[in-house]
Amino acid sequence: MELYLDMHSPPCRLVFLFAKAVGIPFEFKHVELSTGQHYSEEFGKISMIRKVPVMKDGSFILTESIAILKYMVQKYSSSVADHWYPADLQQRARVNEYLSWQHMNIRAHASKVFLLRAVFPVIMGSEVPKEKMDAAVEDLNQSLNLLEEKFLENKQFIVGDKISLADIVALIEVMQPLGTGLNVFEGRPKLSAWRERVKKELGEKLFDEAHEVIMKVGSLPEKMQNNSQLEMLRPKFQKLFR
Amino acid sequence: MALELYLDLYSQPCRSVYIFAKKNNIPFDLRRLSLLDGEQYGEEFGKINMIRKAPALRDGDFCLAESIAILLYLAEKFQTPDFWYPADLQQRARVNEYLSWQHMAIRMHGSKMFWLRLLIPKVLGVEVPQDKLDAALEDLNGSLKLIEEKFLQDRPFIAGDHISLADLVAIVEVMQPVGSGLDVFEGDPS
Repeated sequence: MELYLDMHSPPCRLVFLFAKAVGIPFEFKHVELSTGQHYSEEFGKISMIRKVPVMKDGSFILTESIAILKYMVQKYSSSVADHWYPADLQQRARVNEYLSWQHMNIRAHASKVFLLRAVFPVIMGSEVPKEKMDAAVEDLNQSLNLLEEKFLENKQFIVGDKISLADIVALIEVMQPLGTGLNVFEGRPKLSAWRERVKKELGEKLFDEAHEVIMKVGSLPEKMQNNSQLEMLRPKFQKLFR
Repeated sequence: MALELYLDLYSQPCRSVYIFAKKNNIPFDLRRLSLLDGEQYGEEFGKINMIRKAPALRDGDFCLAESIAILLYLAEKFQTPDFWYPADLQQRARVNEYLSWQHMAIRMHGSKMFWLRLLIPKVLGVEVPQDKLDAALEDLNGSLKLIEEKFLQDRPFIAGDHISLADLVAIVEVMQPVGSGLDVFEGDPS
């Protein structure tokens, strides 16, 4: 199995972490988004949607991290513990509920804050307008409030006592703005405690390894500035800032 | 107590749940919700779904939000025919792939067109700048193109020979801009 990944991308960290945590063997194929590698002809043959992650299992190619996770759970069902994606009808529904909600909420808002803080100045050649930044942070805060109040409540993990796919999907997104200097955990003890529990279940070393790149994201602007593909990438990034 | 579905049929995710339940003869009490009238902000509904969106399901004391989660719950609970959510590994993956992709693509773009062409000018009485409309149309066309070229290709349905949840979720989104007078099928035989 091949996984095409750029560890700056939360959904990439997601499939990486899960596969490693449950012992699914794969070959890591690096894709450098900041230099536009996903727009290359070669990558276009792998996936015409030109996003990461992509999974290639034999001749079967699959995009979308949520679909890849569920594929892994189903394919390796004999070795993946039930709590990751419980067979119980209601518990599974809770996982699916989070997996669905997060796309347009935590994922969208955390990514936007990250892009505005880490990439906007390089692409647009100016600082982010304060209004735009404030609005993005406000949206993120509202999502984080819902994560705490509706999805976590007073439980150890999103579904209950045990970790599931939902917790990893949530945490990798929440981590995204951290490397840009925005500490989303500040003033949120419940969220911080949950983060520690999830890290422990996955393995702290593995978790830190997966997040190494995103925590050093300060060097990203320089890398992009010096890259010949910047002009080609500019309009594509501009769309994301809208 | 029968299963309750809280739906506003103006909303695409509500339609997919409604069609799926009806098609599979799943018994339910329809609880109509008017989003335009802000009924989702009522105290009662807040107890069912604190995210305050539709659709929502109540099965005994189990409440569930998110149409995708509701569809999967109904398919499993009522053991609907396999083709809706195939047990086959690769076919199921294709359905999951579409169900995941569509959130930030056709769902977002189809909804935006509906808002920009209908709700904002006709209901709120606010004019929409042409460049915003053009940008939204470009995004929508991009999504429709991907549905044809990546998800359908030369297959009759997204997962292959049979209809699945993916097609149902897709069609209700694609129909949304049609209601605002934009014929997305024009010039597109597939």
